[in-house]
Amino acid sequence: MSEIAPKQSNLPLEYSTKQNQLNILGFWIFLGAELALFATLFATYLVLVSRTAGGPGPEELYELKTVLIETFLLLTSSFTCGLAVYEMRRGKQAGMIGWLIVTILLGIGFLYFEIEEFILYAVHEGATMQTSAFLSSFFTLVGTHGLHVTIGIFWILIIILQVLKRGLNADTARKVFISSLYWHFLDVVWIFLFTLVYLTGMVS
Amino acid sequence: MKWDEFFVTGEPLIYMADAAIVLTIIGIVFVLTYFKKWKWLWKEWLTTVDHKKIGIMYIISAVLMLFRGGVDALLMRAQLTVPNNTFLDSQHYNEIFTTHGTIMILFMAMPFIFGIMNIAVPLQIGARDVAFPYLNALSFWTFFFGALLFNISFVIGGSPDAGWTAYMPLAGNELSPGPGQNYYLLGLQISGIGSLISGINFIVTILKMRAPGMTLMRMPMFTWATLITSILVVFAFPVLTVALALMTLDRIFGTHFFTLSGDGVPMHWANLFWIWGHPEVYIAILPAFGVFSEVVSTFARKRLFGYTAMVWSMVAISVLSMLVWVHHFFTMGSGAPVNAFFSVSTMAIAIPTGVKIFNWLFTLYKGRIKFTSAMLWSLAFIPTFVIGGVTGVMLSMAAADYQYHNTYFLVAHFHNTLICGTVFAVFAALHYWYPKMFGVILNEKLGKITFWFFVLGFNVCFLPQYVLGFMGMPRRIYTYPADAGWTELNVISTIGAVMMGIGFIFLCINVVYTYFKGERDLTGDPWDGRTLEWSIPSPAPHYNFAVTPQVKGLDAWWMMKKERKEGKEEEKPEYKPIHMPSNSGRPFIMSIFFFIAGFGLVFEWMPVAIIGLIGVIICMILRSFEYDDGYYVPVEEIKQTEAGRE
Repeated sequence: MSEIAPKQSNLPLEYSTKQNQLNILGFWIFLGAELALFATLFATYLVLVSRTAGGPGPEELYELKTVLIETFLLLTSSFTCGLAVYEMRRGKQAGMIGWLIVTILLGIGFLYFEIEEFILYAVHEGATMQTSAFLSSFFTLVGTHGLHVTIGIFWILIIILQVLKRGLNADTARKVFISSLYWHFLDVVWIFLFTLVYLTGMVS
Repeated sequence: MKWDEFFVTGEPLIYMADAAIVLTIIGIVFVLTYFKKWKWLWKEWLTTVDHKKIGIMYIISAVLMLFRGGVDALLMRAQLTVPNNTFLDSQHYNEIFTTHGTIMILFMAMPFIFGIMNIAVPLQIGARDVAFPYLNALSFWTFFFGALLFNISFVIGGSPDAGWTAYMPLAGNELSPGPGQNYYLLGLQISGIGSLISGINFIVTILKMRAPGMTLMRMPMFTWATLITSILVVFAFPVLTVALALMTLDRIFGTHFFTLSGDGVPMHWANLFWIWGHPEVYIAILPAFGVFSEVVSTFARKRLFGYTAMVWSMVAISVLSMLVWVHHFFTMGSGAPVNAFFSVSTMAIAIPTGVKIFNWLFTLYKGRIKFTSAMLWSLAFIPTFVIGGVTGVMLSMAAADYQYHNTYFLVAHFHNTLICGTVFAVFAALHYWYPKMFGVILNEKLGKITFWFFVLGFNVCFLPQYVLGFMGMPRRIYTYPADAGWTELNVISTIGAVMMGIGFIFLCINVVYTYFKGERDLTGDPWDGRTLEWSIPSPAPHYNFAVTPQVKGLDAWWMMKKERKEGKEEEKPEYKPIHMPSNSGRPFIMSIFFFIAGFGLVFEWMPVAIIGLIGVIICMILRSFEYDDGYYVPVEEIKQTEAGRE
């Protein structure tokens, strides 16, 4: 049901209609499902991490420098994404779009370094998905996150176009807010990737 | 690939199936064209976002799948009736038990339950629709095309044959070459999208859209069951999504998750599969518990005994269901401590389940019981399900399980839970809510004939299988020698299966008979019901409630009726225009693209897969740019519909 309830003035724009509230709650639950999805991929990685089939293991493979750059880019993008929502709450459309563009650019930067990292492993060191169970799970786990970031970039881009066309209203505000939830979620997943995959891999 | 590799050839049964499929398609096209129904089909059904119509489509698909899975079962029983039978060869038998299991769980039980949830839940909580009607349509169509993809496997390319559990390395490329296993992976993946969306949809609907006054502890029990089931769906299905995706990568892209080469771990598949698979059986059984609670309390004409205990036992079952998966493979040798843990957690499930059984019995105690068909199914459920539960506890003892494992004892056990739980429940629900769906009451006499054939048939079919299990007959064998001594019991079992088939035929006769000659339900409340769905006309108007009801306690409609009897003056309802969502054809079209992508991946034709995925993405982008605020039902129309009722 998409009941368009009267606007309640004390609520932020993205929560101002009944349908918006439903959508936002629905998306939180979807993130719960995403959490289960990534948890399964992490579990798979942890089961398979020591099974290298004679190929390279984590400590020989991981490159701290690129991973650190990726981490800083993505964490910063989460911050700028938060700034965009802050501007949206103040009703500043131009500021919001500006910070969203910065977020996307940082996301693209992250992807650039991640793809470079993958190419380094796969082409230069011959460590592909098909080499060993460890590498299968590594590329799938990190790649699934990267795929999510890619989708997020295009999604936010589409929403920016809609804001430009329609201005800031309850519908577009909801979309910006939900995509920001998604973006922050990817950041949280990355923190686990960084610690559980890269840091643990380089310490052991 | 040559055409005789693309189509399955060389089997008379398959040629008959081919002919039947072609004739059915010609028949459907002819009827639709002759009666000029194409536009009606598109406008009323394929593009609908109405939860009641989506529920009906779910149920129709589920009944078709019950037929398909049932035919599989009868073929298996035919093969096993006599020793050294050559009716089916081993390969064909393997394919049939695989498709039987997969279809019955994922394409029959799940959609039947989702169909009933769709019909009942918004009406029980006094809502106008689900939270996301568009996504609801997408749920149905992804399920439908996922099921279609799985089902065409037996005429195009060949069916999967590694069992519905698809254990690795059996399901890997080396031992299961060809597209069969890919059908399993992609069919389940696509329909899994629909299950996940439905889960989210129902959680939000139930948490946010209840009528004013309906607190959580005033919700009807079926709504509670749906809420808990949906939470299980949201947390269990992503595990299946990942497991299927990883096996797809193994089979199509040469990775080493579950393979023997490359240091993969085949056991990991068993773990992931059952981490989803065990909650899955509770996803199938908890809504059944909900249905029985409604039916038992309605026809015992008593309030449900121990409402709070009922709710908490379901919560306990749902938590425990996530902690028992290893009991499906005690014999894989996880070691005594691990097996002991999962043994105990499995036995613990018997406690909340027992609480529920006793609560149903106490609800019946001193009730003025009406023996309708729906009630008969519920009454038969209690003792037969208890047999399933008791044998479950027997199986849960890890040491003893080494004896029972993979025998017909196990087969009999899970049919005792899944048929007596889920199938009895959906039949009860069909009888119970049929008037609300179609405005007519299913014929009681035919209903009772169905009941007796099916329930007696069930026991004749499966009780001997416990004994066969004790005698050492393993599951999934396609034939056995005469001196094994299993022949008599197998003959009896087949007779039972045929009786169940006859029961199903009577159900179909009943549906046809009721369509032409069924008794109309003019009151909207044929069973003297207790919950809100009986407060509105039958069939439910497309906007559900003309005025949002006010709930003052549990069994809201029962209380309203009581107040009315006590002569309390009713307020004249004041109608306002009702806001409704617009129909959309996009969920249907998007699911066709999912189908194309899936089909491409099954045969590893990457261009086809990519075209399908691009279609899906375009549909999603179009949806994002769409701004449709729906429409309003005018007051005049509401007045007219409601006036027909007095």
